Amino acid sequence: MNGVMEFLRTTGGLLGLFIETLYWCKSAISNSDKVFAQLYIIGNQTLPVGALIALFSGGVLALQAGPTLAQFGLEENVGGLVGLSLAKEIGPIMASILIAGRVGSAMAAELASMSVYEEIDALKTMDINPVRYLVMPRFIAMVLALPVLVIYMDVIGWFGGGLVALVNPEVHLSLDVYYRNLSELVDFVAVVNGLIKAMFFGVIISIVCCYVGLKTKGGPREIGYSVTKAVVMSFVLVLVSDYYITRILLFLNID
Amino acid sequence: MERKIEEQESNTTLLGAVTSEQNGRTGSVLLDYLKCAAVGLKIDNINRSFGDNHVLRGVNLNIEPGETVVILGKSGSGKSVLMRHIIGLECPDTGRIFVAGEDINDPEFKRNHVLAMVFQSSALFNSLTVSENVALYLREHKIFTEESRIKEIVSSALEIVGLQGKEDEMPSEISGGMKRRVAVARALVMNPEVILFDEPTAGLDPMMTRTIGDLICDLKHQIQITQIVVTHDIDLAFYVADRIAILSEGRILEVGTPDQIRSSTNSGVIDFIKPQFA
Ligand SMILES: Nc1ncnc2c1ncn2[C@@H]1O[C@H](COP(=O)(O)OP(=O)(O)O)[C@@H](O)[C@H]1O
Ligand SMILES: [Mg+2]
Repeated sequence: MNGVMEFLRTTGGLLGLFIETLYWCKSAISNSDKVFAQLYIIGNQTLPVGALIALFSGGVLALQAGPTLAQFGLEENVGGLVGLSLAKEIGPIMASILIAGRVGSAMAAELASMSVYEEIDALKTMDINPVRYLVMPRFIAMVLALPVLVIYMDVIGWFGGGLVALVNPEVHLSLDVYYRNLSELVDFVAVVNGLIKAMFFGVIISIVCCYVGLKTKGGPREIGYSVTKAVVMSFVLVLVSDYYITRILLFLNID
Repeated sequence: MERKIEEQESNTTLLGAVTSEQNGRTGSVLLDYLKCAAVGLKIDNINRSFGDNHVLRGVNLNIEPGETVVILGKSGSGKSVLMRHIIGLECPDTGRIFVAGEDINDPEFKRNHVLAMVFQSSALFNSLTVSENVALYLREHKIFTEESRIKEIVSSALEIVGLQGKEDEMPSEISGGMKRRVAVARALVMNPEVILFDEPTAGLDPMMTRTIGDLICDLKHQIQITQIVVTHDIDLAFYVADRIAILSEGRILEVGTPDQIRSSTNSGVIDFIKPQFA
């Protein structure tokens, strides 16, 4: 019973925060400095690691699929396979997990410590709305940055797949052939499919992490709990909603 | 007795120093900017419970414009809770609070009146520098568009609290007493009609306690602002108060001038103010 109440309260709270954040997006232009500051943080935190993860993920896809396809003489399809998996599924998921782990956790920690140390209350007494001042810039930055990060990781992942296809003796595909197959199979819609997902994940991660942070009460220990909770909740919601978003996109023929 | 002697020794502190030699000192910039519109405050039968914990049990208190009232109470007596009600962070279960005759929970209230609070923990924004902390209100509410005017007001406010030259330090780099004073500067630039101090001297050394006490007295004399100070520090209370209210068991036990409180016959009051180590 308690669990059900807690679930309903959290769901309601997340939706409420989401709607309030959307409302405050009207002040996005006059707060653009805060959005840019957040974008800068996100870029700094994710681009280097993102490249590394993407390179190896693309590589491992080619490594797994390449030899099997080669057995049936279909090795030139490695490009399409790596390209599509990355664009539609693995790119958005990897980028989300990276952003939730590196940026979302930091957001939750920052807002949680601001709650615990009365900084949020201080903002309210100064008649500065915490959602406008803190949540909205983080929300916009993440929703904008995540699709960009996905494209960045897609491209690097494709390259990683190509490298492995090239050097792996069982596949041994030239970059030229790899790229031609990839560009035949991966069309614009496939990439857009991934980007739409990424934007939804950006909404989920930023709202969850800000919500959990702002709701934190207690002391330093609770800040730690909140960070873990925010990251785990982001992962779960991203992976579960991925299924439903995919269903919807299939239904709408965006795949 | 002791108080009197100390008072004479140090009456050139902070605001006093600033205004006595106004020429060329930037402290006066803030004083000119402050509108000094003192307002009265009426706390009308406030009740508040947290679950079974009935913290405020009908608090009544009238505060005159320009008055400095100290609310004395033991730890856990609900002093912070009362302050959070006055500033509007919490809503009472029953009862109302009026500032200048207007209910603070009226939606119009925030447009007409500004109350500022200095939190027990100072509550500075850790990711902003000292000057950004002080300037935040001015910037977010676009009170001034020229950056130079904001700079002027901020450094004037920092000078008033005796922290000139600390503009670019981060809150984590300064001491507890300095943080508390930055919090006072941050409250002052809001141009408030009422300032609330929640345990302004908690956790500070005796010297700093004195500095904060002087600061509160200076504000009282220089800008005639209405101040509410909540504390369990009895020395501070007698030093700064025009009137003292004793909060006990969720009610105001007694209100009076420091002399009236000293000569009170109420046993609760006597217990509270008698020297602990005498
Ligand atoms: N948000 C809250 N939820 C539950 N109990 C609270 C809350 N805030 C304060 N209390 C309780 O109210 C009482 C008074 O607290 P407080 O006002 O902080 O005391 P103090 O006089 O030391 O400032 C305490 O018993 C505290 O546990
Ligand atoms: Mg307190």
